[in-house]
Amino acid sequence: MGLVIVILAARWLGQVGSSPLQHGGREHMRKLNRKGVLVVVTVLGLIAAACGGTSGPPDACTSDPFGCVEVGAGEPIKIGSLLVITTADASLGLDSQYGVELALDYWGATDFDGANGQIKGHDVALQAEDDGCSAEGGTAGAQKLAADEDIVGVVGTSCSSAALGVADTILGDKGIVLVSPSNTGPALTDPAKHKPFYLRTAHNDKLQGATVAHFAYNELGVKSAATIHDGSPYAEGLANVFAEVFTSLGGTVTAQEAIQRGDTDFNPVLTSIAATGPEFLYYPIFVAEGGLITQQARGTAGLEAIALQGSDGLFTPDWIDAAGAENAEGVYISGPDLSAFTGDVDFYNNVFIPAYTAKYGPPGSVFHAHAWDATNMLLTAIDQVAIEQGDSLFIPRTALKDAMFATSGFVGITGTLDCNDDGDCQQAVTIAVHQVKNGEFGDPIYSEASTLGG
Amino acid sequence: MTAAPTPMVRGLSTRLARLPIRRISLIALGIAIIYGVVAGTTATLRTGKFDTHDWVNFLVQGIARGSVYALIALGYTLVYGILLMINFAHGEVFMAGSFTAFFVASALAGHGFLDRQPIISFVILLLVSVATSVTVALLLERLAYRPLRGAPRLVPLITAIGASLFLQYTFRGLYGEQAQAYPEIDAFQGTVQIAGFPVTKEQLIVIVGALILWLALYLFIERTRTGRAMRAVGEDRQIAALMGIDVDRTIRITFAVGGALAGAAGILYVLLFNQVNFTMGFIPGLKAFTAAVLGGIGSITGAALGGLILGVLEAVGPTLFLTGTGIPSAFQLTPIVSFGILVLVLIFLPGGLLGAPEEKRA
Repeated sequence: MGLVIVILAARWLGQVGSSPLQHGGREHMRKLNRKGVLVVVTVLGLIAAACGGTSGPPDACTSDPFGCVEVGAGEPIKIGSLLVITTADASLGLDSQYGVELALDYWGATDFDGANGQIKGHDVALQAEDDGCSAEGGTAGAQKLAADEDIVGVVGTSCSSAALGVADTILGDKGIVLVSPSNTGPALTDPAKHKPFYLRTAHNDKLQGATVAHFAYNELGVKSAATIHDGSPYAEGLANVFAEVFTSLGGTVTAQEAIQRGDTDFNPVLTSIAATGPEFLYYPIFVAEGGLITQQARGTAGLEAIALQGSDGLFTPDWIDAAGAENAEGVYISGPDLSAFTGDVDFYNNVFIPAYTAKYGPPGSVFHAHAWDATNMLLTAIDQVAIEQGDSLFIPRTALKDAMFATSGFVGITGTLDCNDDGDCQQAVTIAVHQVKNGEFGDPIYSEASTLGG
Repeated sequence: MTAAPTPMVRGLSTRLARLPIRRISLIALGIAIIYGVVAGTTATLRTGKFDTHDWVNFLVQGIARGSVYALIALGYTLVYGILLMINFAHGEVFMAGSFTAFFVASALAGHGFLDRQPIISFVILLLVSVATSVTVALLLERLAYRPLRGAPRLVPLITAIGASLFLQYTFRGLYGEQAQAYPEIDAFQGTVQIAGFPVTKEQLIVIVGALILWLALYLFIERTRTGRAMRAVGEDRQIAALMGIDVDRTIRITFAVGGALAGAAGILYVLLFNQVNFTMGFIPGLKAFTAAVLGGIGSITGAALGGLILGVLEAVGPTLFLTGTGIPSAFQLTPIVSFGILVLVLIFLPGGLLGAPEEKRA
């Protein structure tokens, strides 16, 4: 239809141009007219083409509020990652990054050949950005990715602080879907705060915080506890859920303190906590401050011998290095139970882990499998919605997001993923508690399965 | 400050600025801060949550960390006193020594030498840290600052910020981005009783060490020929040069002395905090700069005093002023407490506690 309009308009233009009425002194005006008409025709032609001409983008793109990503012939499909790959928390993000890289490598293949897989004849390329494990880092990284209109979707962020109100908003405003392998902060999928383009394959800390409280009250038998968070949505969320559940079990929360990231002297806050006499100290924070608090708690009168507990932000050998092995000895750390995955466990143990170890060494943290699942979810959804037209590929953004949220019964490594409307794709998880022994996390000493609905 | 009155040309904004309103609002702010401090303190003391023992404990912690700030602040104040320039890369000079000595410390610990010969090990670490910091400080002066000596004052300032980032990422490239825990020296663990109050040996070493270094610096500046040359260059560079003082050499020495103090501070710091990484210099550097301003930048005694006050404020402040008021997360507000007091001091003493009168600076 568009072509017909263009041809008709062109013929009319031709008639205007050759009209016998226009000659001599009106030459100038005629030129102007012709120029104006040309513009009109071009615009009309474009509109017509957009209305479904055979050479324009498919209908799915024009009806999509965010349009399509057009991948030209021979061009790669670009996806981004936004993980913490520098600073003291780098091992957390690099572990996920390796999960993403391996997933891209394995996609559409049956082995790890070092070359990324393809979707409908197009290579998949990764642009890796850093989330800095902070709102500032998340802003910078997300803006960089959002400025690239070829980015289809992003795997990230590592830290909830980099996503909440930051990356989830910046990328979501551009219609770029963001799926996180390790954001566990409850606020991110809280219906009041959830952003429409945000999902995660990591567990929700409503479950982890409760598991830690059960572990402390039932397993260790402590009746009083204190918490420290660092103001990040991750730490604050965990500390609050823990305090709530611990109190409901019948325990007493003696102090709920907060510290500043980047600070080094926690003696005042620890002395203040010691004055309230807790039997258990929970500080679900990150590597640098977590290491210092571990050291300094050991030297604070009243806290030398009490049970210390951290969570997955500290679940890396880097934290043991930062704390010093002798200080970390005996500390409890919670995280996803890698031995209780309900997905393709054989693949995880016999194919994934050997390939990971061969390429990158032993895993530095515990979210590589979640990153693998997040990447595969994204690639599957791209494959599902991408429209081939000529040599190009068109990926409608909203349709891609909808396909991600429609994920149901998706068998990954970590389990079977079912995404709900709030972006939580992990409905049932098993959280484990490890105890540091001889400078290593060792096997879980406590494990608890729970589901989001219940 | 008393310019000739020329009401005809004086603009409205100038006239507004000269109205006592500005002064009055500053004083009102000062009174508000004082009121907050007094009210908070009373409330906290009334809760009786902490006993004398705890307060002494906070105080000692504050003096210990303040001693480290003071040592770093001396580097800022020395350079400012002579070049009228803020060396914002000084925190990285501190980091360089501390981080480098970590590798020596872990090697010594790995071979058991650290615990068998704690004193010798400590001296070795101190020497390594000081040597590294001095080298970095001298390179900084030679490569980044000397070529800009005649430039407007803003130019070396921006260069210093650039140098700070450059050094951070150079050391990240060299040593990696992980935080590392210093091995603990067993002989320095434990507490000693001073007037009935337990003080950890590490805190004692830090406080005494800082005191000795400050005293040595004071004598060096006041009693030696080189110290006198430094003071002369600080007073007037041209005249000093005319008097036969080698200005370049004097400035080099200033950077070397500042670097040496930062290197020593780096080792004392890890006795307290046991952790190093490539960004560790930034916050202590900022705090030390604050301490130098608080004490009166350019003044050696002022830097020491400013460091101690800031350290004590940080350790005692949030607990004393805030816990009684029931404010949640009092310890997250540490910077507000310490910088609030800084504002208070600068309202009443714009030149800092022991600073030169205002017209001499500028």
